[in-house]
Amino acid sequence: MPKRKLLLTFPTNLIDKPITYHLVKDYNLELNILRARVTPKEEGRLIVEINGDKKNLYAGEEYLRSAGVGVKPLALDVMYYEERCIHCTACAAVCRSGAITVNRKDMKIVFEKDKCIACELCVTVCPFNAVEIQF
Amino acid sequence: MSKTIREINEKIKRGEAVVFTAEEVIDLVDKKGPKKAAQKVDVVTTGTFGPMCSSGAYFNVGSTKPRIKMGGGKVYLNDVPVYTGLAAMDIFLGATALPDDDPRNSVFPGKFEYGGGHVIEELVGGKDVKLIASAYGTDCYPRKKLETWISLKDMNEAVLFNPRNAYQNYNVAVNLSNKVLYTYMGMLMPKLGNAVYSSAGQLSPLLNDPDYRTIGIGTKIFLGGGVGHVVWNGTQHNPGVQRGGNNVPKVPAGTLAVLGDLKKMSPRWLKGASFLGYGCTMAVGIGVPIPILNEEIVTAAAVKDSDIYTPIVDYSRAYPQCEAETVGEVSYAQLKSGTIEINGKSVPTGGLSSYASAREIAQTLKSWIKTGKFLLTEPVSLIPDSASGVAFKPLNERPLST
Repeated sequence: MPKRKLLLTFPTNLIDKPITYHLVKDYNLELNILRARVTPKEEGRLIVEINGDKKNLYAGEEYLRSAGVGVKPLALDVMYYEERCIHCTACAAVCRSGAITVNRKDMKIVFEKDKCIACELCVTVCPFNAVEIQF
Repeated sequence: MSKTIREINEKIKRGEAVVFTAEEVIDLVDKKGPKKAAQKVDVVTTGTFGPMCSSGAYFNVGSTKPRIKMGGGKVYLNDVPVYTGLAAMDIFLGATALPDDDPRNSVFPGKFEYGGGHVIEELVGGKDVKLIASAYGTDCYPRKKLETWISLKDMNEAVLFNPRNAYQNYNVAVNLSNKVLYTYMGMLMPKLGNAVYSSAGQLSPLLNDPDYRTIGIGTKIFLGGGVGHVVWNGTQHNPGVQRGGNNVPKVPAGTLAVLGDLKKMSPRWLKGASFLGYGCTMAVGIGVPIPILNEEIVTAAAVKDSDIYTPIVDYSRAYPQCEAETVGEVSYAQLKSGTIEINGKSVPTGGLSSYASAREIAQTLKSWIKTGKFLLTEPVSLIPDSASGVAFKPLNERPLST
């Protein structure tokens, strides 16, 4: 079953309406909320990972759009600047999703962009600004 | 069996020196034993690349028309203040210096995006920096203001001078509290969320000559991508600490003060760094060659990560309160595996000192020596050892008045 990472933006008038609930109930989609910022009177943002049947994924996204939710595939722009990285490995100790690991043979950082959940702990920990995340 | 540095240098000049890195020599001593290894190997190279805060550079920028007295004045390089308590055209820039208007931790945790270490990195990379000076004016140095672009090429002397580098061993930092900590060991996650270490371990210079049998004043080294020298022991040099059966310190011990021509160094090995909530610093690349004069020295140089231990220190309370208690002890082999056990919990480890870069330095120094480009020096006197009585003491506070 294909997985998709999406950035959902909820205009203020939709903040108090249950919408993601319908993705599960009506479209049989498995929903994993990676990041959420929901504040009253402000645009809400959700980063979700949706897993499901291809037809349902498509129908679910259509539903969201028709309900007024902004839907963008998460262009998780994780920029790893290899030329700035000294491979100190401080980032690997804080990465919970396994996107950053250390190759124990050469003690160098291995960066797997697809596993990144944009928690940004690596960005704050890196003393050399070798990693940036934009989404 | 014993060799002299003079004999080793003759071999280096002939291109016949046998050089191993501190990592490569481990296997050799394991397989052939120290006697054969000492006969075969002439030099063991070591390396380390990590943040070293007590670093900086002094510059002589040359005279202006009319003359300006920077000594005693206010001078900035890219808005980072430099120290002017020297002669008219001599200034000193420290790695941790911050711009006057950097907010520091007023909104916690501060970002500390730019400081002395970053300026040094830019200068070494050939970039122009802004020099802004204001002076109080004298009869002989009448000028009061100067604003100019300047680069390393424009300067007279530009000397990297680091009062404390290459720490021999260092603590592992953990956080036992419930709140994230922002320290010079990086961000420490609550409740043993991560453990941070900072040493090259078996490649680290002083850990391969644990009681300073070969390293001393004048020892020629790889420094910042160029050549430098050890000039003194570093600050906080503490040789008399607890050592293991292999004489390797089990806690932070010796340090080195080093110096070298900044104009011949490289930004690959001198890098400005920012530590959230803590400050700025600079990562420095150092490699020390160890002449294999006898069996004792090659045995020491064959130390492995599994035989080097270090204490685990809680930075939520013990470190800031200057208390001696530790949470445990762990070896560098365990740290480099990626996880260690503390109080029954599996804790992910991360480094600040890059082992991959340390390897590269040791290999680079090895090739310099093998190709005859780098001769060893006889130290003028060795760094004070464990029998010297030198010890690092805390500040004895003596209040000024009642």
